[in-house]
Amino acid sequence: MISQNLLIVLAAAPLVGALIAGLGRKQVGRAGAAAIAILSVAISFALSCVVFWQLVWGGAPVFNHDVYTWLEVGKLSIGIGFLVDRLTALMLVTVTFVSLMVHVYTIGYMRDDPGFQRFFAYIALFTFSMLMLVLANNFLQLFIGWELVGLVSYLLIGFWFERPSASFAALKAFIVNRVGDFGFILGIAAVLYAFHTLDYSAVFAQAPDLAGRTIEIVGGHPWSLATLICLLLFVGACGKSAQVPLHVWLPDSMEGPTPISALIHAATMVTAGIFMVARMSPLYEMSTTALSVVLIVGATTAFFMGLIGIVQNDIKRVIAYSTLSQLGYMVVALGVSAYAAGIFHLMTHAFFKALLFLGAGSVIVAMHHEQDMRYMGGLRKRMPITWITMWIGSLALVATPGFSGFYSKDQIIEAVGESQIFGATYAYWCVLLGVFVTALYSFRLLYMTFHGKERFKVEHGHDDHAHHQPGVLAHAPRESPWVITVPLVLLAIPSVIIGWFTIEPLLYGGWFGESIKVLPGHDVLAKMAEEFHGPAAMFLHSFTSAPFWIAVAGFAVATWVYLFNPGLADRAARTFLPVFKMLTRKYWVDEVYYNLFARGGVKLGRAFWKGGDAGLIDGAMVNGSASLVERSSRVLRRLQTGFLYHYAFVMIVGLILLLGGLWYWGLR
Amino acid sequence: MSDWPILSILIWLPCLGAILVLLAGNARPRVARWLTLALTVVTFALSLVMLSEYHAGPGGFQLQELHRWIPGINSSYHLGVDGIAVALIVLTTFTSILVIGGAWQVIKDKVHQYMAAMLVLEGLLIGVFCVMDALLFYLFFEAILIPMFFLIGIWGGPRRVYATLKFFIYTFFGSIFFLIGLLYLYHRAGTFDLQALWALPLTMKEQSWLFFSFLIAFAIKTPMVPVHTWLPDAHVEAPTGGSVILAAIMLKVGTYGFIRFSLPIVPDASESFAWLVIVLSLIAIIYIGYVALVQPDMKKLVAYSSVAHMGFVTLGLFIVYMLARQQHDVQTAALGVQGAVVQMISHGFVSGALFTCIGVMYDRLHTREIAAYGGLAKVMPWFAAFWVLFAMANCGLPFTSGFVGEFMVILSSFTANPWIALFAAYSLIIGAGYTLWLIKRIVWGTAPSKEAAAMPEINTREGLVLGAFAVAVLAMGVYPWPLMHLMDSSVAQLVTHLMASKV
Repeated sequence: MISQNLLIVLAAAPLVGALIAGLGRKQVGRAGAAAIAILSVAISFALSCVVFWQLVWGGAPVFNHDVYTWLEVGKLSIGIGFLVDRLTALMLVTVTFVSLMVHVYTIGYMRDDPGFQRFFAYIALFTFSMLMLVLANNFLQLFIGWELVGLVSYLLIGFWFERPSASFAALKAFIVNRVGDFGFILGIAAVLYAFHTLDYSAVFAQAPDLAGRTIEIVGGHPWSLATLICLLLFVGACGKSAQVPLHVWLPDSMEGPTPISALIHAATMVTAGIFMVARMSPLYEMSTTALSVVLIVGATTAFFMGLIGIVQNDIKRVIAYSTLSQLGYMVVALGVSAYAAGIFHLMTHAFFKALLFLGAGSVIVAMHHEQDMRYMGGLRKRMPITWITMWIGSLALVATPGFSGFYSKDQIIEAVGESQIFGATYAYWCVLLGVFVTALYSFRLLYMTFHGKERFKVEHGHDDHAHHQPGVLAHAPRESPWVITVPLVLLAIPSVIIGWFTIEPLLYGGWFGESIKVLPGHDVLAKMAEEFHGPAAMFLHSFTSAPFWIAVAGFAVATWVYLFNPGLADRAARTFLPVFKMLTRKYWVDEVYYNLFARGGVKLGRAFWKGGDAGLIDGAMVNGSASLVERSSRVLRRLQTGFLYHYAFVMIVGLILLLGGLWYWGLR
Repeated sequence: MSDWPILSILIWLPCLGAILVLLAGNARPRVARWLTLALTVVTFALSLVMLSEYHAGPGGFQLQELHRWIPGINSSYHLGVDGIAVALIVLTTFTSILVIGGAWQVIKDKVHQYMAAMLVLEGLLIGVFCVMDALLFYLFFEAILIPMFFLIGIWGGPRRVYATLKFFIYTFFGSIFFLIGLLYLYHRAGTFDLQALWALPLTMKEQSWLFFSFLIAFAIKTPMVPVHTWLPDAHVEAPTGGSVILAAIMLKVGTYGFIRFSLPIVPDASESFAWLVIVLSLIAIIYIGYVALVQPDMKKLVAYSSVAHMGFVTLGLFIVYMLARQQHDVQTAALGVQGAVVQMISHGFVSGALFTCIGVMYDRLHTREIAAYGGLAKVMPWFAAFWVLFAMANCGLPFTSGFVGEFMVILSSFTANPWIALFAAYSLIIGAGYTLWLIKRIVWGTAPSKEAAAMPEINTREGLVLGAFAVAVLAMGVYPWPLMHLMDSSVAQLVTHLMASKV
């Protein structure tokens, strides 16, 4: 049995840590804040491991209880509670492990930052929010965690709040996420409409009843209720997991400190959408239309966002676009009902993408916060640990046989190939070509950063803060301290090996049990299971498979262009200028959104305000009626002339009219 | 204490206490301040006694007091509270303390009169929420205008005369129709007793006329689009305390009127004209959201955001007929009504807190222009933390009070009609837009001037006031169940009453 108290401590420890670190500014101090935050997350991690062990090897049943009642109206009751099954447990361990690594890393990365304590308060608060999301046993709590992680993400993107670009990016991220949440809350409302409850287990138990149920949205056209619910919920997933067309916030979120990019904008929060759809698999299975949409959106993101990664020069932005693309792969897996494969890739990606970001952060620290790769190069000798771990992360990312990313990504590609649903062919090409793109930008990053000639100068006595000159450093770059390198190493280990050990149980062992539900007709993983003969066989077989050679092609092109022929890339960019421009301008999506929604919204607001409120209501109606009274009384006042003969005349006329009227009507 | 006339004490203690405060005179502001604070604290404590005496389980009207008042026209001094009223009264007494605390050093001129006006206002507002006689309700409803008129007219800003006139004439205009409606009801029922009026059968034609006479009065008070334009002007000119009371409590008098008059007395007309109120509510949420977005004046921005948030209240109240009568979904109907009342309470805390924050800034730089501020996070970090918290509550972030009501209303409106929910949920986007853009400009960034960079951090008094608001906002967001439990039976009884046709 998993104890409820244990779960409460697991979830609440980071909250307590955040409160102490954030509110006790003077009392706990910088070191105290770091220690408390790290301790609180370490407790969560340890307890997550306990829960995982109990559930997987200890034979504990699934935990599903409310801790307290949050909402109660009549018979409808929604609580704050926990659902712990294997899906939850896997997420718990992943989230708390990466979070712990990032906490330790932060000591080194944020050492000189005046916001050191605030930072620890935020990331501990983030861990709490993410745990609330993962542990939820109903849609209300899911939404609570969902929005809270959005809040912390907002605070952390805008962490360096004096920079206009940071506060702008934070605002943008929150609003775009809110667009997703707009759909999400409507989805939850639709769930309540359909099932009269928001409790997961009750909803999932009734999910098969959705078949054939319709709702009339536009008069006379019944829509499938299941499709509507799933699509609305997926709008939320698009926001949080940065899928096209709501992807625009994630690249800008790189304004936040790098540990955050690793934790929130790569490993955990952005995967909430993936987790949510997997959790809702009983609902998604009821609508192939929704699954097709999911598949197409994911495939589009996977390929087209990856392309942008090729032309970025900011080291963090390359990895950000890579994250978008990899999230696309996970969404693709969901779309073909290979939920387990999506979650599997989520987990492996969490390790190697956190590693890549933290490695990039290590480079950025060494480069005195220079992020432009055009001013790097040749760093491999100066920071060997970072160099090697970054290579490991990249090899995992490009799905090199044997590495963790290989097992997860290859299975997704194969699952798409097996799938028969609408859009699967398109998606297959996207994910296949995506492999080439991934290899290209990954090795480009490695070569530009660590190989070739050094493109920066070291001028001793040059003051870092006086005025920033690109490519000029005050001190030579050197390897980061142990608080930075140890997390790198600890993340590199699972990046290499975790796939080998977990693929068989996670994908083919029915490991997730009841927590993921797939209809027999959709079950591509079941078909693939027939051909799966263990990780070793898969490893050997890979050398004859298409994705491997496509990745090799990407590697070859990157090596040819960026290692041996520097300058070729620029010439190519000039030759294919329209394409290059389209990619550097990110398909002009940002410009369109900004002009249409931000500036358009302000214009609309002005029009409403000046035209509606000030013009029509106040001008015409309110003050208009006041001035009407004034004007008419000015006219009426003229009657009061003060001349006696005027009054006498009026009286006589009145008398005549009165008597005449009486006589006329009286006689009839 | 059960045989004490606790409701009468709650009404008259602040009103009579005001006389004492006036006696303190202009020369002794300290006495006036402390005496007022003591009175509000005692009133708050008594309201907690009332809360504990009220039994949520059975619901209905409790702690009733009935005395002859004007027997000739069957109007009596009849008091009583149900769960909804109890919640609003506690909101009133709680906020009053914070208003007095907020005005402590800020009001320097005629302190005793200011404090007395606040106390009278508090007493009258409590009165509105616990009377069970229509004529008496009208009396309190109108009397509220008087202290508010003075608060804006004497301690207000430069355009206070225009604002007070606009405010007074606007609301008074609506009240006339309300009075005519009441007189007609008396003519039909022969009594002003509210419960008798609820039971009074009325033809559809009568109900329609009455519905609009009520609608005009309450729509102006709430305020609903398009009769909301008095509110931004009144807020801009009002002193901080006046704004807080106005936003936090006075606006609720309008929606409380809907609950006590429109819904139960003319249910059939309310049902057939519900579409009108629903459309106006949705316009309030979206149109006003856009208007709020472009306000250069912080107070106007928050005032407009109040109008948008009150849109959720009227929406939650008027979808009840679609749910309860047309779809026979009593459960979801109750969810909508409860959501509306929760939103009333929450908006009290959130808007009160936001106006207090603006007051804190105004006291330092004497401007409400957004452009005059920036970089609060660096200049006043604690204050900035409060700002962000209340801003998040304003855009309905979970675990703050602002989320609870909106969530309930959006959820229930989807069952009524998905399109209503679609437009209502747009508030998630536009609300975040205007609130967080404000935050971006004043909290983040850098201070635009030397004065703005040198603003002193909030002092203990300001910290306590904002802290109390913060506790309320968070407590209600994290654990709203007690509030819902308090109202559950009363809301269920209201919905049951609405199910039956009067025609």
